[in-house]
Amino acid sequence: MDAIKTIALTKYYGRSRGIIDMNLTVADGDFFGFIGPNGAGKSTTIRTLLGLIAPSEGSAQILGMDIVREKEAILSRVGYMPSEASFYRNARVSDMIRFSASLRHRDCRAEAEVLCERLELDTSKKIRELSLGNRKKVSIICALQHMPDLCILDEPTSGLDPLMQREFYAILEERNKNGTTVFISSHVLSEVQRYCRHAAVIRAGRLLISDSTEHLGHTDARRVRIRGITSPPALPDIRDVQTDADTVSFLYGGNPRKLLQALSALPLTDVSITEPDLDEIFMHFYAEGEN
Amino acid sequence: MTIIRHELKQGRMTFLIWTCVIAFMLAVCILIYPEMGTQMEEVGSMFSEMGSFSAAFGMDRLNFGEFLGFFGVECGNVLGLGGAFFAALSGISILAKEEKDQTAEFLLTHPVSRRKIVLQKLTAMIIEILILNLFVIAVTAACVQAIGESPEVRPLFLLFLAYFILQLEIAFVCFGISAFLSHSGTGIGLGMAALLYFLNIISNLTEKAKFLKYLTPFGYTESADIIADGRLNMGYLSVGLGFMVIGAVAGCFWYCRKDIL
Repeated sequence: MDAIKTIALTKYYGRSRGIIDMNLTVADGDFFGFIGPNGAGKSTTIRTLLGLIAPSEGSAQILGMDIVREKEAILSRVGYMPSEASFYRNARVSDMIRFSASLRHRDCRAEAEVLCERLELDTSKKIRELSLGNRKKVSIICALQHMPDLCILDEPTSGLDPLMQREFYAILEERNKNGTTVFISSHVLSEVQRYCRHAAVIRAGRLLISDSTEHLGHTDARRVRIRGITSPPALPDIRDVQTDADTVSFLYGGNPRKLLQALSALPLTDVSITEPDLDEIFMHFYAEGEN
Repeated sequence: MTIIRHELKQGRMTFLIWTCVIAFMLAVCILIYPEMGTQMEEVGSMFSEMGSFSAAFGMDRLNFGEFLGFFGVECGNVLGLGGAFFAALSGISILAKEEKDQTAEFLLTHPVSRRKIVLQKLTAMIIEILILNLFVIAVTAACVQAIGESPEVRPLFLLFLAYFILQLEIAFVCFGISAFLSHSGTGIGLGMAALLYFLNIISNLTEKAKFLKYLTPFGYTESADIIADGRLNMGYLSVGLGFMVIGAVAGCFWYCRKDIL
């Protein structure tokens, strides 16, 4: 059984495009990254899956259940963390966490206490007194305290400091090892590269690619940075050229011998040839989508 | 029950302020009656000579020399208008506030159906209005005792019942409107309550505008009619109950289907 499966899922807001023909599969137990630029349709996909908005066409299943007909059953097994961590401003943190648990008819006190301790959250404060980072922590606890089978997390780490980000991912990895499926929408590609086993790229409402992060990150192209010149060597298969004072950087996907020959003829003072990071590869996907 | 408790807790400050203000104003009006009682006969004859102005507020048919006549007008102004504003505020914000404050995403991603959420929110709203009215009745009873009056219970009961239904009607209609809003509707709610109040005044001025009494719930809370007839006008009341049902059904129907953006 797949944790998430969408079949030609489409959402239009009037005439505006939300998502189009989305065919996405997330296997049970996976740690999955959902990547795309602003306005690509990431949040629309998540909101449709959770029943906040109704699909225009197509269908989707979560944990084998239909998102329209079995919404309540789905939500009882899902933990959702929205990108905007908004709560009732005058409520105390402890009240908010308790309210979330009672809406699920669960006693989550023990797990909530563990999470609060690990995330160093003061539960006696009022929501309106909290910074964005602390509101995010409340959101994390509300999403995880009931030990869901599937976590859907929309831009979860924005606002969290690096130490808390590390602790947050440690918690997610532990949950994932115990069988929880984790689905993360993120702009931070290094996070996806580090933690996710699979990822999908969405652009302009359409799914561009869905594969393992290892495959997505694999490319024959290399990032070449040369100091001492102002324009790249005259070689085929060069793209994404960036110049900065006396440094030129470009992606090279051609024959390495030809590159070395060209480099030996240049008045360079330093050179580095590295694998491009996932950011660069996704930028390539985005650019392709635009073209 | 969870959402009912949550709603009552979230709105308790607003509720307490409105309840105390309405009860205090009503208590002041009752407590000053003995002092004003001696001047009331003169005031009554003055009002009866003021023609359409008195008719607009139903003062031409009430005897100000009696406690019930005095209370009918004061009750109309304080509990009628105050209660209507409170009901309008409660109803108009009950669903829209979740989207305005961006808490809808939190609430609606828990395993509770939208229909249950709507019904529990409606129940919380009814409980608030009921408690407000019971408290006001208790304060009224205490004040009436304090000034040594013993008015007829039936017209008083009918007056309070009419105002309770009026508040429910306004709250339900505003609730229906609230389902279509994703921003604060405070202006709409208060404006609507004020408009309904003035529609009743207009309907009292001329026979041609009498039909407006079917549109405004202030039509069936007219104290002069209730005290004189000893009953509520079932024609106006039936239409009001119809508006209540339409408000509740439309609100529930739309909110269960709307996209939360």
